Amino acid sequence: TVMAAPMTNDQSWFYALALGVSFLKCLLINAYHSTDFEVHRNWLALTHSLPVSQWYYEATSEWTLDYPPLFAWFEYGLSHIACFFDKEMLVVPNLNYASPATVLFQRLSVIVADVVFFYAVKECCKCLREDKGKDLLGKPSFILTGLLLWNFGLLIVDHIHFQYNGFLFGVLLLSIARHCQNRHFEGAFLFSVLLNLKHIYLYIAPAYGIYLLRCFCFTQSNAVLVTLGTIVLSTFAVSFGPFIGQLPQVLSRLFPFKRGLCHAYWAPNIWALYNIADKAFSILGVKFRLLDINKLPKASMTGGLVQEFQHSVLPSVSPLATLVCTLLSILPALFKIWHRPNGARGFLRCLVICALGSFMFGWHVHEKAILMAILPLSLLAVDSRKDAGIFLMLSVTGHYSLFPLLFTTQELPIKIFLMLLFTIFSLASLKTLFRKGGALLNPLEVTYLLGLIPLELICEFVYPLTVWQKTFPFLPLMLTSVYCALGVTYAFIRLYNSLLTCSDTTKKTKMQ
Amino acid sequence: MENWSLISLCVLLGLTARWAVSFHSYSGAGKPPMFGDYEAQRHWQEVTYNLPVHEWYFNTTNNDLNYWGLDYPPLTAYHSLVCAYVAKLLNPEWVELYASRGYESHSHKLFMRATVLFTDILIYIPAVLLYCFYFCDGSSKQKVATAFCILLYPGLILIDYGHFQYNSVSLGLALWGILGLGLGWDLFGSLAFTLALNYKQMELYHSLPFFCYLLGKCIKQGLTWRGFFHLFKISMTVLVTFALCWMPFLSDPKQPLQVLHRLFPVGRGLFEDKVANTWCSLNVLIKIKTLLSRETQLFLSFALTLLFVLPSSLKLLSKPTLWQFKLALVNTSLAFFLFSFQVHEKSILLVALPVCLVFNEIPLIATWFLLTSTFSMLPLLLKDGLLLPYVVTSLAFLFLSLYLLSALERSTEEELRLGLYRKLTQRWLPKLNLSRIIKWKFWFSLAAMAALSFTSVWLKPPAKLPDLFPVLVSVLSFLHFLGFIIYFNQVQLMEPQRKKSQKKTN
Repeated sequence: TVMAAPMTNDQSWFYALALGVSFLKCLLINAYHSTDFEVHRNWLALTHSLPVSQWYYEATSEWTLDYPPLFAWFEYGLSHIACFFDKEMLVVPNLNYASPATVLFQRLSVIVADVVFFYAVKECCKCLREDKGKDLLGKPSFILTGLLLWNFGLLIVDHIHFQYNGFLFGVLLLSIARHCQNRHFEGAFLFSVLLNLKHIYLYIAPAYGIYLLRCFCFTQSNAVLVTLGTIVLSTFAVSFGPFIGQLPQVLSRLFPFKRGLCHAYWAPNIWALYNIADKAFSILGVKFRLLDINKLPKASMTGGLVQEFQHSVLPSVSPLATLVCTLLSILPALFKIWHRPNGARGFLRCLVICALGSFMFGWHVHEKAILMAILPLSLLAVDSRKDAGIFLMLSVTGHYSLFPLLFTTQELPIKIFLMLLFTIFSLASLKTLFRKGGALLNPLEVTYLLGLIPLELICEFVYPLTVWQKTFPFLPLMLTSVYCALGVTYAFIRLYNSLLTCSDTTKKTKMQ
Repeated sequence: MENWSLISLCVLLGLTARWAVSFHSYSGAGKPPMFGDYEAQRHWQEVTYNLPVHEWYFNTTNNDLNYWGLDYPPLTAYHSLVCAYVAKLLNPEWVELYASRGYESHSHKLFMRATVLFTDILIYIPAVLLYCFYFCDGSSKQKVATAFCILLYPGLILIDYGHFQYNSVSLGLALWGILGLGLGWDLFGSLAFTLALNYKQMELYHSLPFFCYLLGKCIKQGLTWRGFFHLFKISMTVLVTFALCWMPFLSDPKQPLQVLHRLFPVGRGLFEDKVANTWCSLNVLIKIKTLLSRETQLFLSFALTLLFVLPSSLKLLSKPTLWQFKLALVNTSLAFFLFSFQVHEKSILLVALPVCLVFNEIPLIATWFLLTSTFSMLPLLLKDGLLLPYVVTSLAFLFLSLYLLSALERSTEEELRLGLYRKLTQRWLPKLNLSRIIKWKFWFSLAAMAALSFTSVWLKPPAKLPDLFPVLVSVLSFLHFLGFIIYFNQVQLMEPQRKKSQKKTN
C-alpha cells in the first residue's frame, strides 16, 4: 500500500514528523514546569550579568551552576537572545521570575535547540539497513524516526518538566551516527563536547574509551592515538581553560556527593529494591522480635527532600560502594567488546549496558537518566527482533517510571494520552517490522506490562481517595519505583544475555 | 501498521491537542462582574441544580435572567443538571445558589474542561470516525488521514476547549443524524438530529436540508402509501422526541412560550458585536442598523436568506443523495449565517461541520474555508487570550491537510469542480488556467489573513477607529464567505459527473 501522501519526495515524511512534533511542543508551552525552569532562568541571569570568574561561585539562588563550562557558554549565548523577550529574567536577584515572555522564550529555546536532535536522527537513519519497496509505515527509518522524535520521555521531560535533553541527546546520537559511518574522529570530538555539556554522560564514557582504544589505537598507527588524544584534550582545554584557576570549585559544584543514595523519589534501580528489602526485613524483624524497634535508626527514607539515611538491617551503602558495583556491572561488557568487538552495533550495545548499569547501581541517580539507555536502544530495536523485545520492556517501564515527575492533575490526561500514543506506536510498528517469527514479547512480559495499568489506577486514582494518603503519602511513589525496578533489572539482564551470547555476525550490515 | 493502531494514534493526538488547548484561558476569565460563557455554563449548573424545573426559564427572585439566563433548549439544561450533580460531589461550593457567582479556581477549571472532554469523547469523536470509515472514498490510510484532519479542525477546538462551550455535543448529534441518514437509518438519523436541535436552537440552520432530504426520499419512494408511511414514521419520531425533551415544560402553556421567548430573542437587533456577515459588513458603509426600521430589517433578512436557501433546497428535494445533502447543509447554513438575524460569530461552526464532511472530495477548498472560519473568530479568540493556540492549531491544520490529503495536488479543474466558472470564461478567456488561479488566490488569501492576524496583535489601532482590526477581520472574512457561498452553490447546482476517482487501494 502506498501512503495517501503522494509527495514522493523521499524525505518529506521526516520533515512532517519533525514539524508535527514541534507543533505539539508549542501547544505545551503553557503546561506545568518544574523548578528546573527556574534553574535555567537563574543560569541565564548569572552568565549574562556576572563575569566568567564568578560563574561557579555565585550562590544567590539555591540552584547553583552544576553543569560543565560549555553548557554555561550555551546559556550565555541564549541570554543574548533573551534580552529581546524580557530583560527582567536576566536579573539574578529576580528569583522565580516567570513572566509570560520568559516562559515563551525558555520553551522556544528548548524547541529550537531540538533541531540538533532532528539532524542527529536523520543521520542515524542513514546508518540503518533499508529494504526497498516497503510501505512507508513499515520502513525501519520511519519507525526509528517516530521512536526518537516522538519519544514520550523526551517530550515530557524536555517540554513539560523543562530541560535541554533533546539538544544533548542530539549530540550523543550524532556522535554514535558518526561512529557508525566510520568517521571516528568526529564521533570522538562530539562525545568530548557532550561530556563538557553535561557530565552525566560519564556513565557511558567507558564504552567509548574501550571501543576507540580497541578498534583504532592498537590496530592502526600511533598517529591515530595521538590525534584522538589531541582532539579530546583540546576540547577539555577549551572548555575548562577559562576556569583553570577555580578548578576545585568547579569540580565541587559538578560532583556534589553530599546528597543521599536515593532521590526523594527513588529511581527504579537496584537501590530501590535494596531499600524495600531493608524495610521489609526491619518490619519482619520487629514483628518476630528479632530486632528492637528502639535501636532502629528513625530515618524516613521517603519523606521530604534528599536526606542521608541509614539502612536498618542491611549494610549501609556508601558512594564508593556504588562506584564499585557500577564498575563491576559494566566490566564484563567492556571485556566482551575488547575481546571481540562487533563493530558499531557491539559498541552501541555496550553503550546501552554502561548507561543502564550506571543507572542501576549509581549514586543519587535521577529517574530521568533512564532515557540515556532507552534512546540509543531504539537504534538497536529496529534492527533485531530480540532487541525490539527488550526495547519494548525497557521503554514502557522506563517511561512509566517518569510519571511521578508530572504530579499535577492538569497534566494527568496529557501524560496518559502521550504514553498510550508512544506505547501503541512502538508496539504496532515493531510488530509490523518483525512480523515473521512470532510475538515480540512473551506472555510473562505482557502480563507485567499490563500490570502497569492497575498500578496507575491505584496510585493516581484510588489511593488519593483513601485514608492512608495522609499518613503514608509517599507509598504510591515507592510502589511505582519498586515495580518499575523489576522491569528495568529484567531488561538489564536480558541485554547482558544478548551481548554475551551474540557471535560475530557474518551478515553484511551497514553498521560495520 | 494495522488500522486500529493508526486510528488510536490519531484519536490520542486529537485528544492531546484538545487538552493542551484547555490549559489556556477561557472566556471572561477574571473579568467581573459579568465574566463570560464559562461563567454562564457554571451558572446554569447552579440554576438547574438548585431551582425546580418550572423556574429555570423564568425571571424570579432566585433566577435573575439578566445574569446569564438560560437561552438554550431543555437538553442543555438537563446536561447542566447532570454536570451539577457531579460538581456537587466534588465541591459543593461550585454550585451554591448566589454564593458561587463568579467562582473561579484551578480545580473548577479542570472540572469544567473535563466535562467538555467527556462529551467530546462520547459523542463527537466516534461520529467523526464512523463517518470517515463509512462514507469516505479511498484507501483505509486516506480515511484515517481525513478523520485526523477533521479532528484537528482548529475552530471547534478553540471554541470548545478555549472560549468554553459545548458545541461538540450539538454538532456531534447532528453528525450522528447525518450518519443515520447516510446509512439509510432515517428514524435514527431524525432522532439524533432532533436531539441536536433540542440542545442548541442554532441547529435550525441545518434543519431545512434534513427536511428536504427526507421529503425527497419519501417522494422518490413513489406517491404510494409506502412513501407516506415513511414520512409518517419520521414525523412521529420527531414529535415524540420533542415531546420527551419538553415534557417537564408541557404542563403549563406559559412554559413553552417563555422558553421560546428565551430561545429566539427577537427584541435584540440585526446583529451584535462584529460578525462576518452581510449586515455587519454593510453597516460599515451604510448604517443600516439605524437607517431601516426593525420591520424592514426583518423583512430584508428573511427575503435574502430565502433567496439563497431556495435553489439549494429545491435541488436537494429533486435529487436526495448524500453528496447533495452535504452540499445543501453547507449552502443553507452559510446562507443563514450571512443573511439571518442576530447571528453570532461562533455560528460559523455550524457551516464548518458540513464542510469537514466534504474534506475528502474537495480538500483544497475545504481547508481554505476551515482556516477562514477560524480566522473570522480571531477578535473573539484574542479577547480570550488564545493567541498561541490559535496560531499553532491553524498552522498545524494547514500543514496536515496539505500534506496528508495532498490538497494542492488534487486541484485540477475537474477535481475542484469549477464547471460553471469554466463555462463562463470559455468564451472570452479560453486559455485561463483556473486551477492555478485558485491556488494563487488561496496562498494570497492566507497571506492576507496572516498579515491581518499579525497586525491585530502587534499594532495599536488609531484612536479614532478603535475597532479597526475586528472590523477588517469581519469584512475580509465576509468577502471570503461570499465567494464560498457562490462556489458551493455552483458545485451543488451544476453537479458535474462525480467520478469515482479515488479507487479503493489496499
